[in-house]
Amino acid sequence: MLIRDQNRTVVTMTSDYDGDAKAFALVVPVPALLERKQINVATTDLVDRLDEYSAPRVVEFQDPDPCHPDAAREEPAGGVKAVGVKVEASYEVGEYDIVILSAKESDGLIGWLKQNGYKLPKAAGPVLNSYIKRKLHFFVAKVNAERKAQTGTPYLRPLQMAFESARFDLPIRLGTVNAKGPQDLYVFALTRTGRVEAANYRNVKLASDVPVPEYVKGELAPFYKAMVDRQVKKDDGSAVYLEYAWDTSWCDPCAAEPLTASELKRLGVFWLGDGGEKAGRLGSTYLTRLHVRYDAKSFPEDLLFQVTADTNSFQSRFLIRHPFKGEMSCDAARGYRDAVGKRLIDEAKSVASLTGLDEAEVRRKMNLKTPAGKDGKGDASWMDNLWKD
Amino acid sequence: MPRDARWYQIAVLATLLACGVGALSFGVTPLSFGLVLTVALCTQYLGNTWARTRFDPRSTLISVLALCTLLRADDPLWLALAAFLAIASKFVLRVRGKHVFNPANFALAVLLYAVSPHVWVSASQWGHAPMPAIVLAACGILVVTRARRVGVTLVFLAAYAAVHALRAVLLDEPAAIPLHALQSGAVVVFAFFMISDPKTTPDHPLARALFAVWVAALGGFVQLWLYQPNGLFYALFLVSLATPWLDSLFRAARYQWPGQAPRPEEDPRAPHAPPDALPHALPFGRKRPGFLRPLRRQG
Repeated sequence: MLIRDQNRTVVTMTSDYDGDAKAFALVVPVPALLERKQINVATTDLVDRLDEYSAPRVVEFQDPDPCHPDAAREEPAGGVKAVGVKVEASYEVGEYDIVILSAKESDGLIGWLKQNGYKLPKAAGPVLNSYIKRKLHFFVAKVNAERKAQTGTPYLRPLQMAFESARFDLPIRLGTVNAKGPQDLYVFALTRTGRVEAANYRNVKLASDVPVPEYVKGELAPFYKAMVDRQVKKDDGSAVYLEYAWDTSWCDPCAAEPLTASELKRLGVFWLGDGGEKAGRLGSTYLTRLHVRYDAKSFPEDLLFQVTADTNSFQSRFLIRHPFKGEMSCDAARGYRDAVGKRLIDEAKSVASLTGLDEAEVRRKMNLKTPAGKDGKGDASWMDNLWKD
Repeated sequence: MPRDARWYQIAVLATLLACGVGALSFGVTPLSFGLVLTVALCTQYLGNTWARTRFDPRSTLISVLALCTLLRADDPLWLALAAFLAIASKFVLRVRGKHVFNPANFALAVLLYAVSPHVWVSASQWGHAPMPAIVLAACGILVVTRARRVGVTLVFLAAYAAVHALRAVLLDEPAAIPLHALQSGAVVVFAFFMISDPKTTPDHPLARALFAVWVAALGGFVQLWLYQPNGLFYALFLVSLATPWLDSLFRAARYQWPGQAPRPEEDPRAPHAPPDALPHALPFGRKRPGFLRPLRRQG
């Protein structure tokens, strides 16, 4: 999570890790020697809240009774030596032991990390080296088991840091070193002015306002994952996806309650309450949610961002229209049934094209009959996806 | 093949813009494009009337297309202001009858500096996959112009690549990083449609080479050491300030668009007279000797 205004940045990091928490360690290059007051742990719930509230969602509509069209309603859903390494500072913050290191060469740094019980792959050397040459410091955190037990939560809480830097970026190169295949990264950026976009990679908006069949509501996560997989493949794995961009003061529909001003402040939105709100729109807080699936090949450079004043709202959302299922006894009913039939076929097609699923499979999930070919001789749908990858 | 390579440039830029809007969600609406076009053409017309020169929309179109391809704003009025600034700069900011700034670059640099984040440039919006095709299309210009007066583009690209390579060597970064950074749509548009502007680059080939190297060095420094993504636009703006000085140091013939050399009745105003064609970006073939006009110098 990145909070940025001018050259001031607050970073909140939370990660999924495999294995024992005791073995968890984090090495992040930072632009300055951070003091204790610049480091904090946040509570997990805040990040979860932000995630839930900006997550892709479905919007449901109930078709009105075609015989009584007024009854419409909308229902929103929900081994080496540590040469040249200097420990500039060390802090105990929450369940973490944190040291800030400066180094002269990567072998020394890797050596220091090894001696102190951090496992770092050899391949990290060149990457660390280029950060060292940029005179960056290294923020190194590991979990203190005793203090972790005191926190009373099974999860590791997010680490936060605040600093000033002209460069608005996210060092992802270290992450590509020891990863097994592409990794998913969600960036939540909060600014005073508007949307944040990647400055050195292509930005793509994910599909939105697509009509989908009813079953997607129960299978939103796998549907969404399949859609992202397909889009990533289409873009050759080198784009940054916009999932959500909205002023934090409202949402439509809300996947979860928006964050309160005090929650935003706890997250590190430092301009709230400093009088900046008086400046009208510039005083508000704008959330951008970016989804990056990266690996070393497609993302050779660290992610560089730029803040814009684009305040157009965007969310990746999917529309579900529930057909009217009540008793229909009027002339309009036949026309309505035909229209719904066509609509369901279109929905099946759009799911198939978004996710790359077989259209017949989608129809099966929808309990929709596979249509006969136009000439009545059989099913012609086998040809629909013949030449698609 | 048309004699005036600006038509080719217009075609390439229009195609880039159309592809960008159609396939890459460039965020240019018909309204914003229409607004920029209208404001630019009106400003051009008024400027021509004021300077008593002939109205010619070609260079204006190139400025409009370059602006729409690169500049994004939270309000279309910023784009309108950009169009006005770009075209007005051609008439107002002149030294010895030659306008100082490439129009589109002038507007970009001023607005990016003054009203950011209301305006921004999405430099990577083309992605990296289609870059070879775009470079190929842009290189078509070299053919159309019979590779004359394009030295500035080539020298710039070489120097800019060298700056990125230098940074990578200094930081021990893998070659993939500078290669990735160089494959930016904005760099291509900048190199082939802005810095190449024969009307605002120095007249002498040697001076142009110096000019290109300075822009590359300064732009690279601002981008890679000061971390400002729009370094190139600022660099061209700043280095353009030195063009009159370079022109007085290295004397050479002033550039004229083909077929638009001043007719006697249009060219009576000696040292400070604006040339009639108002121009913009474009490497173009050297004019025929009959159209050569000696460099006018003050004093």
